[in-house]
Amino acid sequence: MRALAIVALLLAAPLAAQTALPRLAYTQLRDPDQERQARALMETLRCVVCQGQSIADSDADMAGEMRALVRQRIARGEAPEAVRTWLIARYGDYVSYAPPLRAATLPLWLAPLVLLALGVWLARATFRRR
Amino acid sequence: MKRWLVWLPLCAFGVIVAVIAWGLWQPADRTVRSALVGRPLPDFVLPAIAPGKPGLASADFRQGSPRLLNVFASWCVPCVAEAPQLLTLKAAGVPIDAIAIKDTPGDVSAFLRRNGDPYARVGADAHSRVQLALGSSGVPETFVVDGKGVIRAQHVGDIRAEDVPDLLQALADAK
Repeated sequence: MRALAIVALLLAAPLAAQTALPRLAYTQLRDPDQERQARALMETLRCVVCQGQSIADSDADMAGEMRALVRQRIARGEAPEAVRTWLIARYGDYVSYAPPLRAATLPLWLAPLVLLALGVWLARATFRRR
Repeated sequence: MKRWLVWLPLCAFGVIVAVIAWGLWQPADRTVRSALVGRPLPDFVLPAIAPGKPGLASADFRQGSPRLLNVFASWCVPCVAEAPQLLTLKAAGVPIDAIAIKDTPGDVSAFLRRNGDPYARVGADAHSRVQLALGSSGVPETFVVDGKGVIRAQHVGDIRAEDVPDLLQALADAK
């Protein structure tokens, strides 16, 4: 009896400590098209408590809640970009891995073009010399 | 070949060292703040979770005087650390409402018994829905909401003793 009680306790304690996440945090949507859309969006949203991870990658509770939110809204027929806009309105551009073109992000968008131009110029100069 | 070009790699190296040194001496502020400061509180209605206290709705913040909205959880350690400061604020006459994140009635009442109870209302946010709608990224966080339901300031993390005057000032500014 005592052994049984101990076993029951061991089984119960970790379960009780587990925070209840909404079902959609770890369950795919029924409609494969919607799940694909939700997945693509989740991969470009930042987990707000883990900084370097998308909510698709993170096992943080907060990321789970955010995945459930994304799936629910997509299942309701919302466009992925509308969900992104909703989150940006609350957390700022920080939450999105798709930076918008603004004055502050201009260097980010222009740097590849500038570097490419520099490379072409360098290559041309090198080939000419030969 | 131009002579000065020889120095270019060294200059580039110097620039990189300067950038890294700057980052080391002045680390970037990684606090995730809500973008809703200055905007109205999102609409929500949350059920009660603490014994003898009503739940919390966004309409409760449109009654003419500023209030604090404290996002907390019984399982959160910094929430225990800020409890005395919340009691100080309550003693100063500040009305404080709370949202309990992913909590149970038993845990919340035990938390309030142990750490003191500064709250007028406590709403239960079982799945962080309202927390996400608020642009809040963790517990504890505290919002200063004016009498029209507009968020006027946000404090991220536990309220230390030195933060109390700032919050009182923010509340006075929200009047």
